[in-house]
Amino acid sequence: MFNYDQYLRLNKFPLIWCSGCGDGIVLKSMLRAIHKLGINKDEMCMVSGIGCSSRLTGYVDFNTLHTTHGRALTFATGIKMANPKLHVVVVTGDGDATAIGGNHYIHAARRNIDITVILFNNFIYGMTGGQVSPTTPKGKRASTAPYGNFENAFNISGLAQAAGASYVARATVYNAVQLEKYIQRAIEKKGFSLVEVLSPCPTAYGRRNREGTPVDMILHQKENSIPVSKAESMTPEELEGKIITGVLVDTERPECRTEYQRLIDHLKEEK
Amino acid sequence: MSFRYEIRLSGEGGQGLVLAGKILAEAAAVYDELNATQSQSYGPEARGGASRSEVIISDEDIDYPKAVNIDLLLALTQESCDRYHSDLKKDGIILVDSEAVTRVPEGSFRVIKVPIIQLAREKAGRALVANIVALGLIAGISRIVSEKSLLTAIEARVPKGTEELNLKAFAVGLREAQAIMK
Amino acid sequence: MQEEKNIRVLTGNEACAEGALAAGMRFYAGYPITPSSEVAEVLAVELPKIGGVFIQMEDEIASIGAIIGGSLAGVKSMTATSGPGFSLMQENIGFAAMAEVPCVIVNVMRGGPSTGLPTLPAQGDVMQARWGTHGDHPIIALAPFSVAETFALTVRAFNLSEKYRTPVILLLDEIIGHVNEKVNMPDTTALEIIDRIPPAVAPDKYLPYEHTECGVPPMASFGQGYRFHVTGLAHDETGFPTNSGREIGRLIERLHRKIEQNRDDIVEVDAFMMDDAETALVSFGSTARSARHAVRLAREAGKKVGLLRLKTLWPFADKEIRAYAGQIKNWVVAEMNLGQMAHEVEWALAGAAPVKRLNKVDGDPISPAEILQALPE
Repeated sequence: MFNYDQYLRLNKFPLIWCSGCGDGIVLKSMLRAIHKLGINKDEMCMVSGIGCSSRLTGYVDFNTLHTTHGRALTFATGIKMANPKLHVVVVTGDGDATAIGGNHYIHAARRNIDITVILFNNFIYGMTGGQVSPTTPKGKRASTAPYGNFENAFNISGLAQAAGASYVARATVYNAVQLEKYIQRAIEKKGFSLVEVLSPCPTAYGRRNREGTPVDMILHQKENSIPVSKAESMTPEELEGKIITGVLVDTERPECRTEYQRLIDHLKEEK
Repeated sequence: MSFRYEIRLSGEGGQGLVLAGKILAEAAAVYDELNATQSQSYGPEARGGASRSEVIISDEDIDYPKAVNIDLLLALTQESCDRYHSDLKKDGIILVDSEAVTRVPEGSFRVIKVPIIQLAREKAGRALVANIVALGLIAGISRIVSEKSLLTAIEARVPKGTEELNLKAFAVGLREAQAIMK
Repeated sequence: MQEEKNIRVLTGNEACAEGALAAGMRFYAGYPITPSSEVAEVLAVELPKIGGVFIQMEDEIASIGAIIGGSLAGVKSMTATSGPGFSLMQENIGFAAMAEVPCVIVNVMRGGPSTGLPTLPAQGDVMQARWGTHGDHPIIALAPFSVAETFALTVRAFNLSEKYRTPVILLLDEIIGHVNEKVNMPDTTALEIIDRIPPAVAPDKYLPYEHTECGVPPMASFGQGYRFHVTGLAHDETGFPTNSGREIGRLIERLHRKIEQNRDDIVEVDAFMMDDAETALVSFGSTARSARHAVRLAREAGKKVGLLRLKTLWPFADKEIRAYAGQIKNWVVAEMNLGQMAHEVEWALAGAAPVKRLNKVDGDPISPAEILQALPE
C-alpha cells in the first residue's frame, strides 16, 4: 500500500469534495507520481486558483498557494522566474484555467515556462452551483444553461498544444494508472506541460444531465475513451462524444526560465 | 542674484529636440553645477507634428519645471513658431530657422534668423544634426551654459560613432552665434 | 565636476527603476503603459546584468500576480503601471494585503477615467490607491515630488513593504515620471535597506500569520523548508482557511493594527515655511512643486503662506495637519483631481478653518500663478 499520509495535511481533512467526485483520484495519482520522481517536499510548490479542484493545495504538504480566480498561472510564473529551483505545479479547473484565466493559460504555454498544469475538467462550475463552463458540451444543461448549452466547447488540450506547450496529455480518472504516468512525465518535462484529466462531477453536472451514479459516470469514461493512436484513423462522426486519451504532444522546445538564465550568464561573461 | 532661465526648443517630431534639451540640462546640472530640468509635452497639442522640449536652468531649486516666461525660444518649423511663442518674455530671444519660418511673430523680443537646417546639411554634413547646430547657437547666444560642459554632455549623450559629426555641428552653431553676437 | 559626487540627470521613471535596484528589487513583471513604460525599459536592460529577472506579462493582472509569486519565492518584486492598469491590478492588490505579501506597485498617474489622457498628468488615483480593492484593509501610498525624492521614496516603499509585510503603492504623476532633473545620487552602499523578518522557529512551530505584538508576522519564503499555505481566503494564524468569526475578526483587525499603530513611522510630511504661516497650502507630487513656487512668490510679496507637502498619502497625515489647526486661518488644497485629498483635509480639520479647493482635471498642470490667485487676500 502506498503511504499517502506522508504528503497530506491530515489535520485539514475531511476534504470539501463531494462523495463520488473524481478529484480525489487525481490527488492520489498526483502524489504517487511525485513520490516516484523522488521530489523533496520542500522543493515542490503547488499553486491553485479558485474552484473545487483548487482547494487541493490546502491538503498537500508542500509549499502551497491558493490564489485568485483564474490567476494561478501568473503567480506560478513569478515563482518559477524568481526561484527556478522549485518544481511548480498548478492545480486548476476548466473554468479557472480557460474562462477567466484563458489569457494566462495561452501565454504560459507560449512562453513554454517550466510549469506543470493539472487541469481538472468536470465540464461545470461545481463550487458555485453548476454554472455553464467553456468545456460544457453543447446541449448539456447547467444552472445558467437551463435549456441546454448553446455555445461550442473548448478543446483545452488542443489550445495548449496550439499555443506551444512541450507536453500535453489527456486522461480520465477511470484510468488512474495512466493518469499517474502522465503526471509523472509532465512534471519531469522541462517546459510547459499539461495533463487534462476528465473528473466527473456527479453533484453539479451528472445529476442535472441524468448521467447516473458516480460509478455510472466513471464507467461512461471507460466505454467512451479512445486512445489517440486509434483516434487518428477515425472520422469526426465516429469520434463524436468520445474522449481521446493519451499523449498529444511530447516535444523539446527552449524553456522560458532557462533561456533567461542563458541571457544572465551571457551578460556576466561580457563584463 | 539668483536667476531662472527658460528655454523652449520647438519644431517637429524627429528633429531631436528632446535629446537636445536633455544635453542642455545635463551640461548645466552635471558639469556646470547649476540646477536644470528638462520636460517635454505631447498629447493633443503635439498633433500636426509640432513638438516641444523645455529646459529650465537656475542656480536655485527649480520648483515649477514648465516654461512660463521664456528667455529663449527655438523654432525649427513655422507651425511650432506660431504655436509656442506666446509665453516669450518681453525682452526674450526668438531663434528661428530662416528657411522654415517665414512669418515671425511681432513683439518686443529679439528675433534671430539663422538657416539652421541648411548649416547642418552643408557645413556639418547632415541635416539630422540641426538640433546640435541649434545647441551651438543657443550656447553662443545665451551664454547660460559653458561651451566645455556642452561639449562633454554631447559626447556622453549622442549615439556612439556620431560624436565627431555632432561635435562638428556644435562648432558650426557656436561660430555662427559668435558672428551674430559680435 | 564636483569631487566624490555622483550627479546625474534622470527622469522620475528612471530614478524609480534605479531606486528599486538599490533597494534590492530583483524581480520585475509588468505590462507596457504610458506614462510608466520607461520604468520597465530601464529594468529590462539592468536586471539580467545583475542576475535579476525581468518579464513582460500578458496584462496587468498577470503582472501583479507574478510579483506576488516572486515575493513569496523570497525575491523583492515590483511592477509599474498607470491608471487603467492600476484598475486591473486591484483584485490582486487585495490578495497581497490579505496574504501579507510584500511588493511595490508603481502607478504613474495620467488623466482618467478610462483611457483618459495617456500622455498628460493627473493626480486622480488618490482614492483608487486607498479604496480600489473590495473589503477593508489599510494601505501605504507614497508620492514623491522630485526625481531625487522618487529614488528615495522607491527605496522607502520597499523598506515599508518588507517591514510591514504589505503591498506599498508609489504614486508618481506624468510630470514627475518624465521630467529630467538633477539628482545627486546617494551612495547605495550607505542606504538603509530593510528586509522581511525570517521565522526564528523550526518549521513545525511556524505560524505564518501569527498575532505578534507589533502586528507583523515573520515571513518564510517558499523553498526554505517551512511548507506553509497562503490563501486569499480568510485564514487563522496557521494560514489555513477558517470560518471562525473570532479568527476572521482577529485577522482583519491585525491587518489594520500593524499599519495604524506604526503610522508615525510611515507618515511623512514636509513642512515648508509653516512656522509663522497664516495660510497653508496642502499638496503632493508635481502640484506641490507649483505650490512651493507659489509660497516663495507669496513670501516675496509679504504674505505669510506655507506649504504642507504630503510625502505619504496613506495612511493620511490627519494628525500632522491637525497640529496646525490653531495656527492656520485659511487652508488651500491644490491637486490635479476634483478634491480627493481636500476631502481628507476637511475631515482632518473638522471645521477648524475654511478649506478652499484648487482643482484641475484638463491635463494641464496647476501653475504657481493659479495657486497665487487662489490664496485668500
